Amino acid sequence: MALKIVKGSIDRMFDKNLQDLVRGIRNHKEDEAKYISTCIDEIKQELKQDNIAVKANAVCKLTYLQMLGYDVSWAAFNIVEVMSSSKFTFKRIGYLAASQCFHEGTDVIMLTTNQIRKDLSSPNQYDTGVALTGLSCFVTPDLARDLANDIMTLMSHTKPYIRKKAVLIMYKVFLKYPESLRPAFPRLKEKLEDPDPGVQSAAVNVICELARRNPKNYLSLAPLFFKLMTSSTNNWVLIKIIKLFGALTPLEPRLGKKLIEPLTNLIHSTSAMSLLYECVNTVIAVLISLSSGMPNHSASIQLCVQKLRILIEDSDQNLKYLGLLAMSKILKTHPKSVQSHKDLILQCLDDKDESIRLRALDLLYGMVSKKNLMEIVKKLMLHVDKAEGTTYRDELLTKIIDICSQSNYQYITNFEWYISILVELTRLEGTRHGHLIASQMLDVAIRVKAIRGFAVAQMATLLDNAHLLTGNTQRNGICEVLYAAAWICGEFSEHLEDPMQTLEAMLRPKVATLPGHIQAVYVQNAAKLFATVLQKHEGETDSQAAQETSQLLIDRLPLFVQSANLEVQERASCILQLVKYIQKLQQKNVEVAEEVTALFAGELNPVAPKAQKKVPIPEGLDLDAWINEPPSESESEDEKPKAVFAKEEPKHYRSRNTEVDEKELARRREVRKQEQANNPFYIKASPSSQKVYDAPGVEHIPVVQIDLSVPLKVPGMPMSDQYLKLEEERQQKEKAERKKKEKKKKREKRGKGRKADSGPESEEDITPAQHVDIVTEEMPENALPSDDDDKDPNDPHRALDIDLDKPLADSEKLPVRTHRPEVLKSPAEDRVSESVPPETKKKSSKEKKEKKKDKEKDRKRSKEEKKKKKKHKEVEEELLESQPEEPVQSEETKEAAAPPTSTSAEASDLDFWLSSAPVPPAAQEVTVPSSAVETSSAAVPESEPDEPKDTEPEDTKSSKHKKKKQKKEKEEKEKKKKKRHHHHHHHGEAGGEDSVQNGTVEEEEPLPPMSNYSVLAENSFIKMMREDAEQVYDIQGNHQDESKVVVSIIFENKSDSFLKSMEFNVLDSLNSKLQRPEGAGPHDGLTVPFQLPPGVSNEARFVFSVQSIVMPQKLKGTLTFIVKSDESSTHEKLDFKLHFTCTSYLITTPCYSDAYAKLLESGDLKGSSLRLEGINMPFHHLLARICFHHHFSVVERIDSCASMYSRSIQGHHVCLLVKTSDQTVSIDAKCDEPSLLGNVLDELKQTFSKC
Amino acid sequence: MIKAILIFNNHGKPRMSKFYEHYTEDTEQQIIRETFHLVSKRDENVCNFLEGGLLIGGSENKLIYRHYATLYFVFCVDSSESELGILDLIQVFVETLDKCFENVCELDLIFHLDKVHNILAEMVMGGMVLETNMSEIITQVEAQGKMEKSETFVFQCPRQDR
Repeated sequence: MALKIVKGSIDRMFDKNLQDLVRGIRNHKEDEAKYISTCIDEIKQELKQDNIAVKANAVCKLTYLQMLGYDVSWAAFNIVEVMSSSKFTFKRIGYLAASQCFHEGTDVIMLTTNQIRKDLSSPNQYDTGVALTGLSCFVTPDLARDLANDIMTLMSHTKPYIRKKAVLIMYKVFLKYPESLRPAFPRLKEKLEDPDPGVQSAAVNVICELARRNPKNYLSLAPLFFKLMTSSTNNWVLIKIIKLFGALTPLEPRLGKKLIEPLTNLIHSTSAMSLLYECVNTVIAVLISLSSGMPNHSASIQLCVQKLRILIEDSDQNLKYLGLLAMSKILKTHPKSVQSHKDLILQCLDDKDESIRLRALDLLYGMVSKKNLMEIVKKLMLHVDKAEGTTYRDELLTKIIDICSQSNYQYITNFEWYISILVELTRLEGTRHGHLIASQMLDVAIRVKAIRGFAVAQMATLLDNAHLLTGNTQRNGICEVLYAAAWICGEFSEHLEDPMQTLEAMLRPKVATLPGHIQAVYVQNAAKLFATVLQKHEGETDSQAAQETSQLLIDRLPLFVQSANLEVQERASCILQLVKYIQKLQQKNVEVAEEVTALFAGELNPVAPKAQKKVPIPEGLDLDAWINEPPSESESEDEKPKAVFAKEEPKHYRSRNTEVDEKELARRREVRKQEQANNPFYIKASPSSQKVYDAPGVEHIPVVQIDLSVPLKVPGMPMSDQYLKLEEERQQKEKAERKKKEKKKKREKRGKGRKADSGPESEEDITPAQHVDIVTEEMPENALPSDDDDKDPNDPHRALDIDLDKPLADSEKLPVRTHRPEVLKSPAEDRVSESVPPETKKKSSKEKKEKKKDKEKDRKRSKEEKKKKKKHKEVEEELLESQPEEPVQSEETKEAAAPPTSTSAEASDLDFWLSSAPVPPAAQEVTVPSSAVETSSAAVPESEPDEPKDTEPEDTKSSKHKKKKQKKEKEEKEKKKKKRHHHHHHHGEAGGEDSVQNGTVEEEEPLPPMSNYSVLAENSFIKMMREDAEQVYDIQGNHQDESKVVVSIIFENKSDSFLKSMEFNVLDSLNSKLQRPEGAGPHDGLTVPFQLPPGVSNEARFVFSVQSIVMPQKLKGTLTFIVKSDESSTHEKLDFKLHFTCTSYLITTPCYSDAYAKLLESGDLKGSSLRLEGINMPFHHLLARICFHHHFSVVERIDSCASMYSRSIQGHHVCLLVKTSDQTVSIDAKCDEPSLLGNVLDELKQTFSKC
Repeated sequence: MIKAILIFNNHGKPRMSKFYEHYTEDTEQQIIRETFHLVSKRDENVCNFLEGGLLIGGSENKLIYRHYATLYFVFCVDSSESELGILDLIQVFVETLDKCFENVCELDLIFHLDKVHNILAEMVMGGMVLETNMSEIITQVEAQGKMEKSETFVFQCPRQDR
């Protein structure tokens, strides 16, 4: 063995190591590939050896070769071998190689699972670290599933080095195995508050990454992040959090409001540019989300813009770039603020850095105004000339067009100028955007009537010089403009000075080299020009010119007839025949001009791009119905199946259709025919935005009803025209009005480009003829904006769109290291875990209710409340670690009996957290609205029917506070059991609230207030009120049969004297015992831990241990106390009876309906039933009562039937099925303990007999 | 998320490449070439951000790079990363290399690719920033180096003689 190792080592001496390989490659520059292939052969040999060191060396070299682009996946197995070496050195080499070349398709990956698991649990932190690093690169869904649990354990590792790696890798695990997200999330959240900054940063990193993709699921974490933001000093963490807030604010504008202040503070205070920049960015996002433009935020905008200006002015190009980038975000919502920095941005246009120029261009879009448009465009045109790269030039071109055409040419005051710009742009070589220029030309020429003369002249020149445009390359995109030029010249040929010349230019043989669609337009428009020429010569006696024109066409058109392009060919042959015919007529001296012109008469008007979509489907038209019967599968059986299945339904549709529309259609057809007679040419696929022409193919679609609100119908025109007419009329008026005002201005502006008298006066301030919807994209009316639309279905983050606020279900556990996952769980376990989630859910909804109530109270009160809540949250947080010393005076804090924080509670907290007015950051903490405590006790005075009249509201109020204090003390005592205690404590008291929630899902009637305080005993000195027992049960298992019951008793001093030395004593029964302090005898009384001044009440709690809970219990007790008046003091006593009902042993336990069904099916439960007559309360009140007084929860409710559930402190299930009809309520009950059930039913009966 | 970290020299020769998403070796080489093409034609005193590496992820991603003497350090990141933050990170990376190699030069990277990877692994893990504190990174790297040395074996013996 030893020999073998030595031999291996000697062998190794002759192997190359990585350095040798690199050196070798560098020495073989000329035949590198060959050298490497010999090296790979050597490596293959090395990999065959047993020596792990040799293998590791080989794998190390492979890693290098992989970087050079060689596929090394063939060595995957050897890599796994090296990974599993026990030596760290080799292991690291193996993992590195794996991380470089393993991926989901690597089949040996599945061999690594156990090795990785072993490494993860290695005592050496670096073994674990290396495994985590490697795994982060090649984790597959299988690995993620198998190792999720192990990694999750590592998140709580003692070493921060491992913790941070484990936290980070969880993100990869989530991506590959989304099911792990929910189970792991609570721990991940915990790590946000890890003592180690690295771990904390990792957790922030992961959550930010998750939240970025599905922000809405993480909104509830906002308070926590807010806290981190105001407390963290790590810039990396801050940046991440601030970025995250940027993603969250659009979802929750209130969050934005809260953020502005701390962010502004950071902007002022930080010296780190990166942080400053991200803050500015997020403030911008906030401002955008608050787009309503709150006046008090203008300061923030100013601050941002001002800071950005500093960035842009910085000599550091990076800052300049980012400054511009952020500026463009502000531009969208607050263009005014940016406009003041125009100088700066124009300056950036001259920057040598292309990235910066591009950013500046983006900004220009928002900077233009009527005044400066020409100036800016002129500057841009200069850049176009100077620009070297085509991309930048194209960018410039599109920007110029964007800027000019934005908001319906809003800023263009002189369209002649714009046309000249467009013509100038055609001189750009090699641009891809010819069609863009073309569509602009068409758009302007069509929509701005006054410009047509000028446009036509320009286009004619363009056509004449077409060779300049097409000259260089065939692929030249700029020739698209010829399409526009030809069409404009043809369509508006009446403006042409020399149509003959243009016609000639359009029929040059060179035209045949243009793309087909352009040729087609040429041919068609040549015909139009022909008509114009004919008409021009008509008046003259000399028919020579006209005939020459015909001859020209007859000579030149055959070239197009031969075109390979069908469109060109068809049009050319049509027109050729027409011209030939005309020529014949001309030779007979027949006047034809009139008729030829008639072919092209009528004006083409622009139609809004969305017009077609807006056409309403006529009533009764079913676009999905078959027009003809679909051909059946087999021809022979055609008849029979039709008779059986199809019947006459489709026919019915058709006939009805025609009936309805017959007249209408006939009329329309008439109209359309007329129109078509005037408009025989339809341009195919015009690139302009006005491409919706009335094409013959759509004849049967009633295009007419574009807008039913159009009041006027001009016969002979489609409605869209009328629409337009109205619009034009309106604009004419406007124009007329404005003309007067702007005459002066106009004069100043004119003079550029052309002689003053060649156009109509009004030319320069024409407002566009029709509004084009540039900005708002219309959607079908019932189309809902859906989040998922823009998400890539293959996006791995889609799977991570998981609601994290929903409490964990039992099934959601990470797979643990078993070969077969355990499916079955003991029912008890099941119950425990299931019982938690709905509880928290309810809580949240309850808290919402709370809030409502709060609102109803007067404003002062609610303000106070908020303060309280904040405070008590703090208290609660502290409770988790140490018990704070609370001064008795601050009564607000006594409300601390709030439920423990839970994720779902936070969700609704968020509402609260956000709704509160901004307060100084330090005070902004996660707050939990106070529990139902307050409301339930506040309800006492109004509700308690048995309560004596003399109970002053004031008394109750103060007693309430005292009570809180007591509770608090209690809690401190029972710290260990705190959580559980909280839960049902909560429910015990808040049952009413629960039931409200349960019962009033759809009911509106308010519930009568309920109270579960009852008078125990009273005399002239003192009144004892007893709250329904609350239970603390011990599930620790060691004394399963013994449960504890807490009884709260309110002592109220009714006398004018001071009460002190109160002693509370109960005669224990066999079953129930008062818990006394250690060392006390079984008959000793308990001292009540307070004294009562006159008129004051306070609450004390006593714990009883109970053996059996199936029977109700009555305990006799005595309270002794000393009444101390000014002159004397007397000893008094008061006897009372404590009644432990069976109900009081029940705990409100929510239950899922499926678990409930299972429970009922199990057959372990014995049934019993109860009928109550003459109950005339609404069903939901009834349910509420049962919930409130008897600690049940509603599982499911259907109409007048509800299933309810509760559990005793010893784990007995009690199920009720409550039905009601005509004042009769029948309750079917099941329980695994018949005597308990019997007693509970008795108590139920009693409750309802009272009312 | 960081999508890829590339180091190549002024001639486009890769010196280290780390992709946090899987690509075939050919695509990886293509990405390196394309990135080099984009980056190398930029002047020295222009900004360090480039939009649209076409191959990696498309327009959402940015290239953030720094040029040191003969080497380009390029990080391809998506929008969740702070541009300036990544620039700092590159600086930290280079300074860490400098500390670990003692006056790092291109040759160090060429001959010790594995070590570069190991250093990087302490900074960035699976595309996410793990640690930005240089001294912490160096501590961890050195601790692992020590471990390696303690596992003495022939593999590590000096081979200057060849």
